[in-house]
Amino acid sequence: MSIAGKKKSTTYILIVLLVILSIAFLAPIVVVFYNSFKFKFFINDQPFALPLGTDMFAGLTNYNTGINKIHFFKAFGYSLFITVFSVLAISIVTSMLAWYITRVKTKFTSIVFSLLMFSMIVPFQMVMFTMSKTANLLHLDNPIGIIVLYAGFGCGLGTFLFSGFIKSIPIALEEAAMIDGATPVVTFFQVVLPMLKPTAITVSILNTMWVWNDYLLPYLTIGNDYKTIPVAIQYLRGGYGAVDMGAMMAMLVLAMIPIIIFYLFGQKYIISGVVSGAVKG
Amino acid sequence: MQKALKKYFALFALPGLICFAIAFFIPMIMGIVLSFCEFTDVTNATWVGLENYKYVFLNGEFTTALWFTVKFTVVSVISINLIAFILALLLTKEVPGTNVYRTIFFMPNLIGGIVLGWIWQLILNGFLLQYEATLVSDPRYGFWGLVILMNWQNVGYMMIIYIAGIINIPKELNEAAQIDGANRKDTLFNITIPSIMPSITICSFLTLTNGFKLFDQNLALTNGGPGKTTEMLALNIFNTFYGRVGFEGVGQAKAVVFTIIVAVIALTQLHFTKRKEVEA
Repeated sequence: MSIAGKKKSTTYILIVLLVILSIAFLAPIVVVFYNSFKFKFFINDQPFALPLGTDMFAGLTNYNTGINKIHFFKAFGYSLFITVFSVLAISIVTSMLAWYITRVKTKFTSIVFSLLMFSMIVPFQMVMFTMSKTANLLHLDNPIGIIVLYAGFGCGLGTFLFSGFIKSIPIALEEAAMIDGATPVVTFFQVVLPMLKPTAITVSILNTMWVWNDYLLPYLTIGNDYKTIPVAIQYLRGGYGAVDMGAMMAMLVLAMIPIIIFYLFGQKYIISGVVSGAVKG
Repeated sequence: MQKALKKYFALFALPGLICFAIAFFIPMIMGIVLSFCEFTDVTNATWVGLENYKYVFLNGEFTTALWFTVKFTVVSVISINLIAFILALLLTKEVPGTNVYRTIFFMPNLIGGIVLGWIWQLILNGFLLQYEATLVSDPRYGFWGLVILMNWQNVGYMMIIYIAGIINIPKELNEAAQIDGANRKDTLFNITIPSIMPSITICSFLTLTNGFKLFDQNLALTNGGPGKTTEMLALNIFNTFYGRVGFEGVGQAKAVVFTIIVAVIALTQLHFTKRKEVEA
């Protein structure tokens, strides 16, 4: 066989392999999707069978039960509100803090920076009990208060990424603005902030993925009164009884739809954001 | 400029610092102090010295969870990085449609731990049905279930980081090697792998710490069952805190030990692999 022919056949093998792998990666989601249209008895009994035939096909029954059981749309609203405003708060607060810490070099700022870095390694279990009690005491146990908590936990990564970028931009630009009479406020918002845009996208994407999917923090602080999507889904397990797998499948599908839409629209930014976030981290 | 900016401390630094103090710093200090106390609420603590820590190490629960976590983390770090690296090698070859595969492999990473846990509960229980078993009928099923889930979630993410590393290898290096008569194996071990050491550092760091801290997936997939045999450290600490009243101090002591373990692992790992990085 010629070299070109050999190359061609390895490419074919590669394509076949990649297609099989892609199917394997997508299969779990597809199986959940079609199971959401089956009566719950068949989900446990024949989990891989397609919902064919009138006794197995449940239409939207599972969706109706699920939505009513966990108030899905309310959960969606809480998740959306908390995610959007927490991400905004984190981006604003950490970009300002990062600028201050990078440009004002004192013992205090370097200690703060080390503490922020340390907070990224510490497991959540270390602070979960005392943090939820503190939140309770300060009346932060509501969808608005939880934004403060997210801004606090998001400080480490946000400050780290922003300060990494600020270090790379020449200080001369800011000094020139200040010599021209601009206050630090004007300098930050008109000179520094526009340059931070790529990092701000990275920070926002990483935090969106974190806050939207986060379970333990909202469960411990606001879980009784305001259930976000992950909390509501886990709530389906209930106390001791068996899980209604029908409603569960339907709710999993509804939980994944916004993520998949977000991914398809922002794919380019998400992948590059995740990479640059990881590479600098 | 530093002087002018310093006056604006309250505007630029304070909001972040207040949030950080409320969410992290104060609770952490309280947590350290409370690990030496007996309490059911933060207001009724009494000092008990090292009693909680003694209980942690004498009662076997914590060490069982630690051992399970270590085994899980070792297996998943190796498998995730190996698969991700192989996929990255395949996708940097000239194949049509690499972007499509990249998109597909990365997608599971966006799905949250709770949802992932339930997806895989359906799939794995479906397979085990043939053997009249479920995920919680044998700890081995839960263990491998968690490993499979973790791979599905993280392989795409790590693959993307490896791809970024491989793309950045200067073309001249590979060309020079080919002229010198290097075969594929030589190129892989003497050029590709040494050049992407930074990616390997990042990926092993991320998979290691994520594996050690795993909670949501563990809760949704097996909830520690059967018994407490598939309970990882994070879930064990959670159950100690909220499972029964009176063990909050023990839970907090476990959390302190957990934090120390994670910090030591993270720092040694970074130190160790950073040294192996070559300057490209």
